[in-house]
Amino acid sequence: MSYDVPHTSGEEFATSSDVERGLPMWEVFVRQRRGLSHVHSGSLHAPDAETALQAARDVYTRRQEGVSIWVVPSTAVSAFDPEAAADFYDASHKEYRQATYYKIPDEVGQM
Amino acid sequence: MTTLADTPMSGADDPTTRFQAIVDVEDKIEPSDWMPEGYRKTLIRQIAQHAHSEVIGMQPEGNWISRAPSLRRKAILMAKVQDEAGHGLYLYSAAETLGISRDEMMDLLHQGRHKYSSIFNYPTLTWADMGAIGWLVDGAAITNQVMLSRCSYGPYARAMVRICREESFHQRQGYEILIALCNGTDEQRAMAQDAVDRWWWPSLMMFGPNDSESSHTEQSMAWKIKRVSNDDLRQQFVDMTVPQAAFLGVTLPDPDLEWNEERDHYDFGEIDWDEFWSVVKGNGPMNRERLEHKVGAWEAHAWVREAAQAHASKKQEAGR
Repeated sequence: MSYDVPHTSGEEFATSSDVERGLPMWEVFVRQRRGLSHVHSGSLHAPDAETALQAARDVYTRRQEGVSIWVVPSTAVSAFDPEAAADFYDASHKEYRQATYYKIPDEVGQM
Repeated sequence: MTTLADTPMSGADDPTTRFQAIVDVEDKIEPSDWMPEGYRKTLIRQIAQHAHSEVIGMQPEGNWISRAPSLRRKAILMAKVQDEAGHGLYLYSAAETLGISRDEMMDLLHQGRHKYSSIFNYPTLTWADMGAIGWLVDGAAITNQVMLSRCSYGPYARAMVRICREESFHQRQGYEILIALCNGTDEQRAMAQDAVDRWWWPSLMMFGPNDSESSHTEQSMAWKIKRVSNDDLRQQFVDMTVPQAAFLGVTLPDPDLEWNEERDHYDFGEIDWDEFWSVVKGNGPMNRERLEHKVGAWEAHAWVREAAQAHASKKQEAGR
């Protein structure tokens, strides 16, 4: 068995180990209601996209939690290595990128 | 304002130190983060056991679907059992993020190398058991799962949030069954009392050994997999449940159960630990049947999985 999660795996996406012999894994994204984005809900196993959609409806929307579902093969997801990405995300010395960095006189009012 | 420069990500070179620092500031560990092997193994074992418990837990209640006393009760019970299947799936998915496959977890369960909660190794003898299970067993489960929703591993904590939301329905429908029985005939009241008598102690056992006997607690607390000790959770459950029993008018089968003003908690009697360990070791009333049924269902339905896969590959070939 492999406890060694490859670094190329997604943030919260499942990784399959060596003994995987069953159905492929799919990541499920649910749009809670119109006007909102699809958000990752979890994963499941299914032989094809059509069955994955049906299973996703049964598993993740039993209480009207969604109006639309996407399923994506887990193997199709690429993601950053969070360790290597640490420097990339460090914008702490670039405070001028924040709106609050700029002092606007009170007389100007709401901006 | 917190900036990344303040977080433990930068600075510490040692991965263990950095890992613990993230845990200590109540940040979550995510699947692709570095983690100690012990943390990974502890979580895989715990989440898989939790998932197996949800799945095996469908059996004692499934037993009563065809004999529910009304169409309304039948619909409710089916919805509840369906929820348990869903909870199992959320949890298997969370375990899979740690690098173990679904198939492997199934194998480990079927071979008896992975355990599930001992509570499901007790039989469901009457309809009142559906009430007692919802109220007491799901009540105990919620106490434990609310704590776990603050666990340091992101996918497990998120699964718990979802599960707790749904589990609340389970507890309330069980309590409602008991309210109906307790307001019924003498025979129905006796049936409710009998179910409470049989489920009370096994429910207290769900919280595990006493803290003094629990070997994993200290490390799990440091890793924030566990946030509250077994005994503290058990006490919380007893304190919450006693007034609910009084409302129903049922007696909890413990002569030592008494309010302790000094402690501001209920005192309660000693659990029969011989029974506890006997069921854990596989000698409970239903251990064999539960596993046999699970393995039987898995094998009997192998053709469905095979047919679905064959259909999928045929369609894929046709599409090329």
